[in-house]
Amino acid sequence: MRFVFKTSYAQDIQIFRDRRDAFWYLLLAVVAVLLPVVISDYYVGETTWVFVYAICGVSLMVLVGYTGLVSLGHAAFLGIGAYAHAFFLKHGVPWVAAVALAVAITTACGIVVGLPALRMTGIYLAIATLAFSVIIQEVFSRWESVTHGFAGMAVEKPVIFGISFADDRAFYYLCLFFLVLTLWLTRNLLRAPTGRAWVAIRDSEIAAQSMGVNLAIYKSMAFAYSAALMGLAGALFAHKIAYLAPDIFTILLSIQLLLLVIVGGLGSLHGAVFGAIFVALLPPVIAILRDSIPASFADVASATGLSLFGAIGEAVGNFLRKPGVEAGIFGLILVLVILLEPLGMYGRWMKIRIFFSTFPMYKRATFKRQKTYMRSERLR
Amino acid sequence: MSFFQADQLSINFGGIKAVDGVSFDVEKGTVFTIIGPNGAGKTTIFNLVSRIYEPSGGRLVFEGTDITRVPPHRIAALGIARTFQNIELFEHATLLQNLLLARHAHKQSNFISELLFLPSVRRMEVEHREMVEKVIDFLDLQQYRDSLIVNLPYGVRKVTELARALCTDPKLLLLDEPSSGLNVEETEDMAFWIQDIKNLLGITVLMVEHDMKLVSAVSDRVLALNYGRPLAQGSPQEVQSHPEVVRAYLGG
Repeated sequence: MRFVFKTSYAQDIQIFRDRRDAFWYLLLAVVAVLLPVVISDYYVGETTWVFVYAICGVSLMVLVGYTGLVSLGHAAFLGIGAYAHAFFLKHGVPWVAAVALAVAITTACGIVVGLPALRMTGIYLAIATLAFSVIIQEVFSRWESVTHGFAGMAVEKPVIFGISFADDRAFYYLCLFFLVLTLWLTRNLLRAPTGRAWVAIRDSEIAAQSMGVNLAIYKSMAFAYSAALMGLAGALFAHKIAYLAPDIFTILLSIQLLLLVIVGGLGSLHGAVFGAIFVALLPPVIAILRDSIPASFADVASATGLSLFGAIGEAVGNFLRKPGVEAGIFGLILVLVILLEPLGMYGRWMKIRIFFSTFPMYKRATFKRQKTYMRSERLR
Repeated sequence: MSFFQADQLSINFGGIKAVDGVSFDVEKGTVFTIIGPNGAGKTTIFNLVSRIYEPSGGRLVFEGTDITRVPPHRIAALGIARTFQNIELFEHATLLQNLLLARHAHKQSNFISELLFLPSVRRMEVEHREMVEKVIDFLDLQQYRDSLIVNLPYGVRKVTELARALCTDPKLLLLDEPSSGLNVEETEDMAFWIQDIKNLLGITVLMVEHDMKLVSAVSDRVLALNYGRPLAQGSPQEVQSHPEVVRAYLGG
């Protein structure tokens, strides 16, 4: 059990709770910096995907987890950022300026999409953003002078102030830098009045309004900020994927991003990162399993002389190779998380931490919530 | 010129006149209570004052300025705060965050300074926190400071709503049934607090209440409503014994 002794009000608004927290995060940063030295090229690439997805996760977390506005169209923002960045790079705009322009364009799109959000919530907003993403996908495939339609568009290598980040390891550090920047900026907003206003809108619009929160401005701001981060993620995504085509930015990607924040745990920045680890690493894990399971089962079969093992291994491998299995596993995990752990991976992580910090005094009821039925439906 | 004035206030929902030509004046530093049977239009008046509903007629004047057309999010900055009958707290935030949000109307930072969390933002945050801590001390909420609202019992939530309204630094406080759902002891505390709010903090209170003991203990003036129309106005005793009011409650 550890006690945090609070001696000043400023302590509650620090980034890290205390020195020990700061130490662990610093250690994590050191690990992240040293990681490319020890792991193979393949895993450096996969970890870079985690960083890119984590930026997407933070973006969606602000909107869904903190402001309570559901978006099924965030793949479109990612696409706009990616295409804009690739387009400007192709026309000789310097890297930093291209990213800034991509972010500016997605921010503008975010504000425009946010306008209907001022009147819609829940499922209606989800449908509106879905419609937006379908329209944008159509634009990607038809506006050939900019996007080259289905022929696709190669993305130039990142060169910043004359230094090339084309190498996998260099690009890893670039993505890490932007992820840390994103987390820092977002954390700042969340501990300032803007973040509180977002949370207030999520939990009770009418009370937020009566306390002086301008709903229209703060909802637009949430959309704009979320879209801006998506634009940044899109620029990195474009380099990572190297070749843009309209069928990348589909509704499926939007759902995957939504899955990321729900599995990670709504309403926490940790959740965005945990969710990103899950979403980015599940496909390679499945890929590894579908090759390694038949092989290891075959080993067991030849060692023991039981051909049954070989057959089972082959069957599992074949099953994992079937199209749609990956999406099926994603869906299954989503259902299980919502049923068993509504707070997501971050919630589970909290429980494990509390279990060990209060050991052996952990109470099972610590996280039980009583059901309450007293919110006013009258003013809706 | 009185402190707060409602003049011929009306609102229609379709054909129903929920509030129909209600006028009253609230003097500075007093407790003004609105009573009436269910559906009399009491909460509707509150929603009109906090500008959530658009009145179909009449005027609202606060400290000499007409607030009939002021947008709802500007009301708090003018110095009018409210609580809700059915508790509208930010449930998945801590009590402290709930109270800090009430300082929103007084925020001076802009988006960029918050994004970078400049020293000015940090300073403002600490200032808000000091103000909030005063209210926490006033209402004895210290032990719940870091609890999530969802984990708090009903009585504490009710007090938290009052605290949140006080944190906006109001001149006029609207209390919508402050004692509903509270037990006898908690209601007594509430009566003390309402008196302290009036006497120590000098805040004018406009209240909707059913508990007549609480009403007569703290109110300076009472307005009785029925079917959106005023029945009687005066001291608590006058209104309670007014024949129209007795008929509205007991029938006959």
